[in-house]
Amino acid sequence: MGRVVVDVMPKPEILDPQGKAVAGALPRLGFTQFTSVRQGKRFELEVDGPVTPEVLAAAREAADRVLSNPIIEDVVNVFDASDEVAAV
Amino acid sequence: MSDTQHLGGTRIGVITFPGTLDDRDAARAVRLAGGTAVPLWHADADLHGVDAVVLPGGFSYGDYLRAGAISRFAPVMESLVDAANGGLPVLGICNGFQILTEAHLLPGSMIKNDGLAFLCTEQTLTVENATTAWTRDYTQGEQITIPLKNQDGQFVADEHTLDELEGEGRVVVRYAGVNPNGSRRGIAGITNAAGNVVGLMPHPEHAVESGFGTAAERGPRAGTDGLRFFTSVLGSLVRA
Repeated sequence: MGRVVVDVMPKPEILDPQGKAVAGALPRLGFTQFTSVRQGKRFELEVDGPVTPEVLAAAREAADRVLSNPIIEDVVNVFDASDEVAAV
Repeated sequence: MSDTQHLGGTRIGVITFPGTLDDRDAARAVRLAGGTAVPLWHADADLHGVDAVVLPGGFSYGDYLRAGAISRFAPVMESLVDAANGGLPVLGICNGFQILTEAHLLPGSMIKNDGLAFLCTEQTLTVENATTAWTRDYTQGEQITIPLKNQDGQFVADEHTLDELEGEGRVVVRYAGVNPNGSRRGIAGITNAAGNVVGLMPHPEHAVESGFGTAAERGPRAGTDGLRFFTSVLGSLVRA
C-alpha cells in the first residue's frame, strides 16, 4: 500500500484566525518561546500498490482542484510517504 | 391575468444539500414574496425548469474540507453553473455564498471570523447596488437590518479583485457600523458582472414576516427588510 501526503497552508498574506488563537493559548501553558502559529491541513491519500509518478501527478491535481482553494491556501508539499506507512 | 397570479406562477428553486439548514425558511420567503418555491435536491442534476435558484444557508457536508467545498461538486451544481452563466438569477445565502465562491461563480472566499466566535446577531447593512436581479426593490444607500449568523464569514480576496469589485459596483451590501467578522472592506455581499448571481453572508430569509423578523420600530419582531430580495427577483422575472 502506498501513501501520498498533501500539505496545505493558509496563504502567508491571509490572516489565520485559528493559528492566532492557538498562539494566544500557548503562553498560558508556559510555552512562551513561540512567536507565531499558523495552522494548516495534512491529507493522506492511500493507493493500492506503489506510488508511481502518475499517482503523484493525480495527487497534485487533486490538491490543486479540490484539497485547496487557491484564493486562500497554498499547496506546500505533495510527496510519497509510503515509507512512513512501513515504519508504523 | 393579474400581477399576483403572474408572480405566483414564477418558480424559484431552493437547493437542499446534506447539512443545509435554511431551505425551509428560504422556500417560505419565496412564498411570502408571492412566488412558488420548488425544492431541488443536490444529487439531482435537473433544475426542473425553475426561473431562479436560491442556495440556502447551513453547514453542507459539515463544512468539511472548506465551507461549501464539497457541495460544489454535487450533480446539481454542474447544471446550476451552466444556467447561471446563461443568466439564471441565483442567490447564495451564507453557506450558499460559500458554495458559489467555491464554484467560481463569484470571486473571493470566506475564512473563519476574525474574532473566532460564531456570530448570531441582527446586522445593519447598507445596500450599495440596487440594480441586481435580487436587489431591485431596494434603493441605493438604503440601510436594512437582517440576521447574520456564521462562523466562516470573513470575506477575503486579493486587493486587485477587491478594487475590481468596488470599481464595477459589484459590492451589493456592506456591513454598516462595526465590521462584525473582519470581512475585507466590510463586504457582506457581492454580485457577478452580469448582476444575476448574488452572494450574501447575512440571511434575508429570516426577516420576511412581521412577528418573526428582526427588531423594528413598529415592534420587537416586526422587521421584514429581507423580503425585498425575493420580491426583487420575482419582479425581475416578470419584467424579463
